[in-house]
Amino acid sequence: MSTGVLGTEKRGIRELGAEEKVGWDEVTRGVVLDSFEGDATDIVHKKAEERNYSDFNSYTATVASWRIIKPVYNRDICIDCQNCWVWCPDTSIISRDKQMLGIDYDHCKGCGVCVEVCPTNPKSLLMYSEATDNDEALAGWPQKEKKEKK
Amino acid sequence: MAKEFELNEVEVWDGNYAASQALRQAQIDVVAAYPITPSTPIVEGYGAYVANGYVDGEFVMVESEHGAMSGCVGAAAAGGRVATATSSQGFALMVEVLYQASGMRLPIVLTVVNRALASPLNVRGDHSDMYLGRDSGWIQLDAYNPQEAYDLTLCAFRIGEHLDVRLPVMVHQDGFTTSHKAQNVTPLKDDVAYKFVGDYVPVNDMLDFSRPVTHGAQTEEDWHFEHKAKQHKALMDSRTVIDEVLAEFKELTGREYKRVETYYMEDAEVALVVLGSSVETAVIAAEELRAEGIKAGIVSPRCFRPFPYDLVRDALDVPSLKAVCCMDKSAPGGAMGALFNEISAAAYTTESRPLITNYIYGLGGRDFSIEEAKRIFKEQKAHADAGHITTPIQQFSGVRGPKLGFFETRRG
Repeated sequence: MSTGVLGTEKRGIRELGAEEKVGWDEVTRGVVLDSFEGDATDIVHKKAEERNYSDFNSYTATVASWRIIKPVYNRDICIDCQNCWVWCPDTSIISRDKQMLGIDYDHCKGCGVCVEVCPTNPKSLLMYSEATDNDEALAGWPQKEKKEKK
Repeated sequence: MAKEFELNEVEVWDGNYAASQALRQAQIDVVAAYPITPSTPIVEGYGAYVANGYVDGEFVMVESEHGAMSGCVGAAAAGGRVATATSSQGFALMVEVLYQASGMRLPIVLTVVNRALASPLNVRGDHSDMYLGRDSGWIQLDAYNPQEAYDLTLCAFRIGEHLDVRLPVMVHQDGFTTSHKAQNVTPLKDDVAYKFVGDYVPVNDMLDFSRPVTHGAQTEEDWHFEHKAKQHKALMDSRTVIDEVLAEFKELTGREYKRVETYYMEDAEVALVVLGSSVETAVIAAEELRAEGIKAGIVSPRCFRPFPYDLVRDALDVPSLKAVCCMDKSAPGGAMGALFNEISAAAYTTESRPLITNYIYGLGGRDFSIEEAKRIFKEQKAHADAGHITTPIQQFSGVRGPKLGFFETRRG
């Protein structure tokens, strides 16, 4: 398992639904789920990988099994504008200190919004089928499109 | 701090005003409401109390009853004491969110002024909306007059917010016959009422930043059933707390309420099972018939949910009891009336196993008279004397046209 921001010890470590099943007498009242283990005062000031997420927080679950196309990120072209980070509906763009780091494939659903809002030429994010190898995708990345003169 | 509202020892209040005074005295934090006849004056009253400094709370105006109950769910999840009011079509529009509130275990209080459901559109009182809520997972209490609407609304907060319960509670009263009928009401002083209700104790509140929680999670076939089972058990178990709170209220006020009210049942031969303002009509009819030698009694499940299977059975397990008529003030939509079905199921396991029939009555505010109650009692007496049901099992009371009846008995 990789470490650091992209692969932490907690993120996406289990399939959704793989949690231990308990009986009606042990489930929480009102389906209320704790987001963190223990006291979470001021947790907003901690980075995601430093937070003690509970097993019922989706941070620890991989919830991307139904994705059929995925964004691939090309560091060589990206200008760190943060557009994709702003627009991603699943907080699946990982950025730190305004530097784009990559995609959280445990939570990305493959909607393609990040590609749509990417302003570079060629784009720094492109959608590929789930089965495509990322290195292959990067090797065949399209060239800059030239504007046609009128 | 909210100003004290000076009250006389005896006030002349209608059911709506009585309910709104109870909401004020409970010092509700948030009322999210949308107006609808005949319940509008309840939330209108609360709005006026906020504006005039008699309550420290927020009145949230919304675009519909769906929005009203959604606002209540949000405010309750945030950790506030929350209530609203509605009737009829508004209640119907709330239904989706009613199930959310109970499943999320939020102790919201909903004062429902019972009114018929369209079509045809009708603003008068029947029990269609109350019946519509019967599977929603809420506790449902039924007030028969303005005093009871006041008393039970205060009790509703204590019951729903009890740490062993944490379920939403509806307090029902009949549209117009109770909501707009001014009667003598003996209120509690503000401090006494508030002391009875107590400070709100938040549970899993979203404003607790030391412990962020997720409300409204999705569960599929792997978790849903366990949560619904736990919720049902909480509702069934709330019977004990309801009894305790009602007993405590009696100690404070001398006014006694039970999950099942019975009148003259000790030696009754015939009985009516009724809800709402019809109970008082039926009681007068029974008293008049007793003067004529007919031993008539009344059973009324004041606590409509959780259904008091235990106490209904106790009430009907009278050796002298021969015939019972369950009166449903709601169009049954192709079935026997709901009261008939539920009372029959409870009575089936009694020793006395009385004959049970069903009347549909009072739809859309059609009047239910003492004379008609007496006629129905006498019909039960005829069943009792014959030893079997002598009419169709389901009949209609007070409707014009040829006699309407369904199903014959196979006993007798």
